[in-house]
Amino acid sequence: MRIGVVTFPGTLDDRDAARAVRLAGGEAVSLWHADANLHEVDAVVLPGGFSFGDYLRCGAIAAQAPVMQSVIDAANGGLPVLGICNGFQVLVEAHLLPGGLIRNEHQHFICRDQKLIVENIDTPFTNQFEMGEEITIPLKNGEGGYIATDETLKRLEGENLIAFRYSEVNPNGSLNDIAGLRNERGNVVGLMPHPEHAVEPGFGPDTSVAMRSGIDGLKFFTSVIKSFAVNA
Amino acid sequence: MPKIIVEVMPKADLLDPAGKAVANSLQRKGHEAIANVRIGKRIELHYDSTPTEADIAAARAIAADFLSNGVIEDVIDVRVEN
Repeated sequence: MRIGVVTFPGTLDDRDAARAVRLAGGEAVSLWHADANLHEVDAVVLPGGFSFGDYLRCGAIAAQAPVMQSVIDAANGGLPVLGICNGFQVLVEAHLLPGGLIRNEHQHFICRDQKLIVENIDTPFTNQFEMGEEITIPLKNGEGGYIATDETLKRLEGENLIAFRYSEVNPNGSLNDIAGLRNERGNVVGLMPHPEHAVEPGFGPDTSVAMRSGIDGLKFFTSVIKSFAVNA
Repeated sequence: MPKIIVEVMPKADLLDPAGKAVANSLQRKGHEAIANVRIGKRIELHYDSTPTEADIAAARAIAADFLSNGVIEDVIDVRVEN
């Protein structure tokens, strides 16, 4: 399975995302912001970072990049798209997911191992989890506070569009503890925390078993490969 | 609520990276008529009652030595808005 990883100017986690794809058994394909060609990938990851310097609003300029018009069209056609951190912000600015992300409530950049509850397993990126499972992956952002209108929040809750919720600690003031969303069709998933940083023993979050042994993020990538195998 | 509005812009001859990034994006989208973009700040000072002349003078001073950095920015406007 070919999984595209987009690099914008200012993207930071593209190499980690590509590595996560390979560790899960997929082929990582580098996609470039100025190239509208998706090179026949079967899924796309929009990785974290500070695309275009976070100028104007986080993700706003990246959402206008040539590659994104292709990603938007393909996503509307059902292509699995995962947005991580800045990638989530790009998905929101591209109107593939609703709401907005603002400066953390406490105004500090935050970097921590974050517990999440899996709220929806009916997506290509969450099908290997169990409903209600608690996972731990790193979180690192300055503008991760999720906001939306009351009407949108009601719809997100009512239509089961919340993919992940923060557990124990709400690290940034996100409404309804929202850490990640899916779209109506389920093929587009975005979240602030970083699954690609928890895919290899020795480099992930601490667990009760051993330091840095957490690999809960790997299932995001094995999920999409599984869904591809099922649909192929 | 009565306000004093302070507008701050990066100096004309200085690189404005945010403005330039937005301008480049607009160019790529085909808005060729837009030659340049510059991004500044609008800062609102809120008051419980209509600002006095002294308040306005104080706001000008705050705008000059705190809300802006004269080396890199210009205060474009300080005005009362009720």
